[in-house]
Amino acid sequence: MTYVLIFISAVFVNNIVLSQFLGICPFLGVSKKVETALGMAGAVAFVLTIATIFTFIVQKSVLEPLNITYLQTISFILIIAALVQMVEIILKKISPALYQALGVFLPLITTNCAVLGVAIMVIQKDFDLASSVVFAISTAIGFGLALVLFAGIREQLNMLNLPKGMQGIPSALLTAGLLAMAFMGFAGIVK
Amino acid sequence: MSQNSGMKTMLNGIIKENPVFVLLLGMCPTLGTTSSALNGLGMGLATTFVLISANVVVSLLKNIIPDKVRIPAFIVVIATFVTLVEMIMQAYVPALYDSLGLFIPLIVVNCIVLGRAEAFAAKNSVGKSFFDGLGMGLGFTMALTILGTTRELLGTGKVFSLTIFPENYGMLLFVLAPGAFIALAYLIAIFNKLKKA
Repeated sequence: MTYVLIFISAVFVNNIVLSQFLGICPFLGVSKKVETALGMAGAVAFVLTIATIFTFIVQKSVLEPLNITYLQTISFILIIAALVQMVEIILKKISPALYQALGVFLPLITTNCAVLGVAIMVIQKDFDLASSVVFAISTAIGFGLALVLFAGIREQLNMLNLPKGMQGIPSALLTAGLLAMAFMGFAGIVK
Repeated sequence: MSQNSGMKTMLNGIIKENPVFVLLLGMCPTLGTTSSALNGLGMGLATTFVLISANVVVSLLKNIIPDKVRIPAFIVVIATFVTLVEMIMQAYVPALYDSLGLFIPLIVVNCIVLGRAEAFAAKNSVGKSFFDGLGMGLGFTMALTILGTTRELLGTGKVFSLTIFPENYGMLLFVLAPGAFIALAYLIAIFNKLKKA
């Protein structure tokens, strides 16, 4: 039951993009087409889950026993950077098809703050490993949901005749604001 | 390097290439920490410190770091300064540290910092890199403070906690998540308009 609560909370109530403001760069950058949005969402889900598992293990088995938790930021970002590189190399060898689909997005993920954000959040919330994994996957789904919805709206938005100043990013941000308002409707379902 | 070109590099970061309004970098902290003017200002200054220090150190080390591992090396430099900021803020401004929360360690993944290290500091002298960091940092701080002030004023009727109009007339929406997107959308639109004029 707690896992279901974590899931609903991470996907709808505390959506990573629309209420926590993490991962805005890819949210604005790769949301011009639904297809690329799906690719990015897949890549993020993949890296986010693996990175959370690795950083969790490092935190519990290295940083905490040795009492060097102040190295958290440095070690987490290095793990994520290394992991992204590794995933890229392994994916290229094992599954060229998947690599083709996700390849372009992988290097961008190192600087996606959602990945580091979730890794740190999991530690702050004091989750165990299983809850952390559920939380990571649900967060990634929430990210994907927001991204795909947003891309769908932006495809339509391109066809409108907007005032010059509002074209591009301002109108996209305005749309994101309305989406965030819609997601506020979920508040209160889970505490 | 003359004083003039340092000034020029700095102004470039504040207005012509303003990281938030023009380059659209660092959106996460821009939206996430600007629920009040003070939070925006604090976040901006913390990022400015990291930007200047990382730029100077990267510029000093640019001939020592091998080209192939430069990105990881830059990240280590940046992460070091972010950890410093984290500790300093926790010690001296605990209230601000608590309200900024997660976004302080996340300065590491702020694209502006890595972007300036890679695009500017790795190619330019220490002095120039310092001014570039300062300009970009001030531009970022300015943008965050403006956005924070706008949201705080519209949301609660206060600016830096000074009451301008009664809180009852405020639109709470602007302090919440959607307000961040909407306020930033209009600010960028206004900036676009002013830039062209």
